Amino acid sequence: MRLEPLVNPPRFRVLWVTLGALGVAFVLVGGLFAAYGLNPLEAYRAMLQGTLLDAKGWQEVLRRSIPLLLIGAGLTLAFRTQFFNIGAEGQLLLGAVWAAGVALFLPLPPALSLPAMLLAGALGGALWCLVAAWLRGRLNVNEILTTLMLNYVAQSLVIFLINGPWKGRDARGYIYSDRFAEYQQLAVLPGTNVHWPTLLLGVLLALVLQWVLSRTTLGFRMRVVGENPGAARYLGISGVRVGFWIALITGGLAGLAGVGEIAGIHHRLIEPGQLSSGYGFTAIIVAWLARGHPALVLLTAPLMGLILAGGDLLKVSLNMPFRIVDVFSGVMLLCLIGSEILVQNRIRWGR
Amino acid sequence: MEEVLNALARALSFGTPLLMACLGALLNERAGVVNLGVEGMMALGALAGFAVAFGSGVGDGSLWLAVLAAMLVGALAALVHAFVTITLQANQFVAGLSLTMLGLGAAGLLGKRFEGQPLFNQPPEWPFTLGAIALALLLGFILYGTRLGLTLRSVGENPAAADLLGLDVVGVRYAAVAAGGALAGLAGAYLSLVYRPSWTDGMTAGLGWIAVALVIFVGWSPLRAIFGAVFFGLLYYLQFRLQGQSAIPSEVFASLPYLLVILVLALSGLRGQQGNAPEALGKPYRRGER
Amino acid sequence: MPLLQLKHITKRFPGVLANDRVSLEVFPGEVLALLGENGAGKSTLVSILYGLYRPDEGEILLEGQPVRIASPGDALKAGIGLVPQHPTLVSRHTVAENLALGIGTPLLPAQRIAPLIERVAQGFGLQIDPKAPVYTLSPGEKQRVEIVRALLRGARVLILDEPTSVLTPQEAEALFRVMRELRAAGKSLIFISHKLEEVLAIADRCVVLRRGQVVGHLPRAEASQARLAELMVGRSVSFARKRGAPRIGEVLLQVRDLSARSSRDLLALKGVSFELRSGEVLGIAGVAGNGQSELVEVLSGLRTIEQGTVQLAGAPLPSDPARVFARGVAHIPEDRIRMGTVPSMSVAENLALRSFDRPPLSRGFVLRPAAWLAQAQAQVQAYAVATPSLHTPTRLLSGGNIQKVILARELAGRPRLILAVHPTYGLDIGATEQVHRVLLEKTDQGAAVLLVSEDLEELLSLSDRIGVLYQGRLLGPYPVEAVSRERLGLLMTGGLA
Repeated sequence: MRLEPLVNPPRFRVLWVTLGALGVAFVLVGGLFAAYGLNPLEAYRAMLQGTLLDAKGWQEVLRRSIPLLLIGAGLTLAFRTQFFNIGAEGQLLLGAVWAAGVALFLPLPPALSLPAMLLAGALGGALWCLVAAWLRGRLNVNEILTTLMLNYVAQSLVIFLINGPWKGRDARGYIYSDRFAEYQQLAVLPGTNVHWPTLLLGVLLALVLQWVLSRTTLGFRMRVVGENPGAARYLGISGVRVGFWIALITGGLAGLAGVGEIAGIHHRLIEPGQLSSGYGFTAIIVAWLARGHPALVLLTAPLMGLILAGGDLLKVSLNMPFRIVDVFSGVMLLCLIGSEILVQNRIRWGR
Repeated sequence: MEEVLNALARALSFGTPLLMACLGALLNERAGVVNLGVEGMMALGALAGFAVAFGSGVGDGSLWLAVLAAMLVGALAALVHAFVTITLQANQFVAGLSLTMLGLGAAGLLGKRFEGQPLFNQPPEWPFTLGAIALALLLGFILYGTRLGLTLRSVGENPAAADLLGLDVVGVRYAAVAAGGALAGLAGAYLSLVYRPSWTDGMTAGLGWIAVALVIFVGWSPLRAIFGAVFFGLLYYLQFRLQGQSAIPSEVFASLPYLLVILVLALSGLRGQQGNAPEALGKPYRRGER
Repeated sequence: MPLLQLKHITKRFPGVLANDRVSLEVFPGEVLALLGENGAGKSTLVSILYGLYRPDEGEILLEGQPVRIASPGDALKAGIGLVPQHPTLVSRHTVAENLALGIGTPLLPAQRIAPLIERVAQGFGLQIDPKAPVYTLSPGEKQRVEIVRALLRGARVLILDEPTSVLTPQEAEALFRVMRELRAAGKSLIFISHKLEEVLAIADRCVVLRRGQVVGHLPRAEASQARLAELMVGRSVSFARKRGAPRIGEVLLQVRDLSARSSRDLLALKGVSFELRSGEVLGIAGVAGNGQSELVEVLSGLRTIEQGTVQLAGAPLPSDPARVFARGVAHIPEDRIRMGTVPSMSVAENLALRSFDRPPLSRGFVLRPAAWLAQAQAQVQAYAVATPSLHTPTRLLSGGNIQKVILARELAGRPRLILAVHPTYGLDIGATEQVHRVLLEKTDQGAAVLLVSEDLEELLSLSDRIGVLYQGRLLGPYPVEAVSRERLGLLMTGGLA
């Protein structure tokens, strides 16, 4: 087998290659369904029927797309700049922690409380990510490892807070904080869990980031740093400074996603496992699928939202561990990055 | 005195899986391939080992079969990484991350039926600990005293040069990655067969990530890896010792290993340790791009 | 009977016929020179001989028998050794470790091969220390290691790919002595070069390639510089000095007692002092790694000054590349792909790399793409950049056209000082002439040029004064009339220090 570079890859090759990679991923996961003792077609049918062919399912997909949209848009930008932020999960939790802190302890006029929570959440997530950016900028520490390690630390921090100083008065044996006041909760579409202000914010921010990337000087700097760090150095564009910007943006967006989850759905600070169900990791695939275009997240986030909602269904209806979502994520990501080379090259069989 | 000896013994026992996984990661990084999938391969190895031991009725003879199965599964998982990163030249860091997701996910999924099942006779730990130390010494000798090691190091430093001399860069890298995966699988088997012995989802508890960070900390040297692993083993021991006895909340201890990894990486950065990394680490090799 | 024979070798790449029915043969105990411009097909032919490419048509015969060379391993087995233009050694390993790679004993390979190395090396008058780490060696020493490697592997045919491009004239002389020894020992040597006087000094026969075809095949006796040059280029070429009468003005750049550290934290520049006047071309010669990169990096704001001062037009130089550029210092960097351009970006974007954040290319922090295209259109025309469109990524352009993009961008703002590092490296004669012409035009308009090059011909034909960097110290600068190739060579190797 040999790879031969294509001088002028056809325009839609990216699309076909991506769809092909997703197809291969679904076949491979199907194999794992079979190994688990489940008819793969049956499982996929259950996933689709419970989501796309069901009104309640649609709401569920939409609800799960909100954090994916926010985080994914930021990560798309980060990956474009070669800043591999794997810690969105932890940044989401920190956003929730800061927002909960404001909601529970900061006496504010009701009208200001929610905006303050959103701001604090964004700041919390951004600062958490900035730690990794700083270590990379100053000490050349690999950001994949630090952002990932900070996820675990963030989880411990949340558990410590809701099991200790912030433990709710009505919690008894369980661990969660006090409930937020009515005015500290985000509006939802009637009868659903879809907190639409956050959804709207996500759509807007994805479009804004697309504009920043393609039409502003900051975006151009990001592209130069991401596509040729050597040229950036030569031109005097500081990779460290661009890295800080990226950390602020991606961490801030992940923090916002955290605020959305607690202010829109749970209305208190709860255990990390229930708060997030792995949005930070799933968003990596959302971003990878978007191939460097933040606006494309508007398409890819709902796709992964569907898989998360489907995984939930499998858990409820077929008693399957939620780990199936990790399998989906892992296989899809492997297939996607593995297919990347076929966008610019074609395979030649034989000598 | 007894206290100290006991601490050291526990540190060695905690450090054994770390050392095994670290040596594996070190091996494939020396050939120029980063595999961040150690955590996932460990989980798969732990499950495979447990499943074989459980299925085959837990005799002494089957322990080694179980260990072998764990190594085989680790190697197979690593070959997925090898195919994606070496043949398809994908980003090694992201591929390893997805391998971790896949490994943890698949192990959690397929291992559900073993959850809470006891494995009766616990084998002694010392043969594994001694084996891991011997392996570190052996790897040190192979790297610096044999043609095999010279080839491996050259492929990790300058694959184009090795290729020009007719050496099989792709083959060496595949083999190194597979061997690295086998050692990660072995580390997993140690957890599920010897240390615990049982299977629970998430039992690797971040050990794989610590092993990856340890490689950088010890500057890609197998001999120093022994001391690095014992050092972390000691920290784990202290964590368990102090957990019940002090006013410090247990969550602080739970996040201690991860904070330590960050600290270790920061210290390595401060000492310019990254300079010891193999030149071609993390870069796919494609003939003609020299 | 010829030892090695190529018959009708043809190799096509998308859009290019790199080798077109190339036939040649080489006999034992002879030096065959293979000449041609960059892009004439020499490298492709070498790659085919060494098993890196496979020919589309034609065959290779060894002692009259057809052989299949599908990999470097096959070539080595067939007795074909390559001394590549850029050393392919593992720089962190010792010489012995490098030479043991692939042929050492299973146990202790480096230790056991050391005596053998010394024996082979001494046999042909090559001096090397098996225990030395490769990164401490000079380019000439690395080349010797490559030659010993080929000999250790039993090479009967030795391909030397532009071996003198990194050597001083004295080192080149030493290489020729080794080559004569090898010839006397019955080896076949294929000597690839475009330096005509060297070819005439060592070759027994010359084969000239142009556009992939063999256009000339001359025994030494029939070859002359003029004849070979005409065959290479397809027209007659002059060797005259290009520099006219310079108009030299005020002192523009003043460097005093400058010291700086390299990326490895070693002192790479030690007390360098010189002045550069507007309208003047100052050439900097030196063997690679003697502080040239560090000097250019300091002058372009990329490297911090350890000690000493640098003044540009009477004011201290800023320590940030963007601000240095804004003060009128253009930088044509040594690595066009990794530094000078962003290969994945379009021609228009690459042309805007220096000025994207200023009017007219942007307003505030918002870019104005229409202005980019207008600017790019004008510059592409002014510098005759051959590109399919302004949106073509520069990775698809040839080296010469990439260099034109860099020149257009760097020289757009009428710079006062131009740092030109290996500006014509790897370019064909047409592009080289354009680069030289543009640089000299700028000096006529009052710009000063600091020209760093390893090509002594280029330095001697363009510079007004030439300084030599040797182990971080600057020797000279000397007026160009006061130095010769030979003298420069001695200075570059510390022979006159």
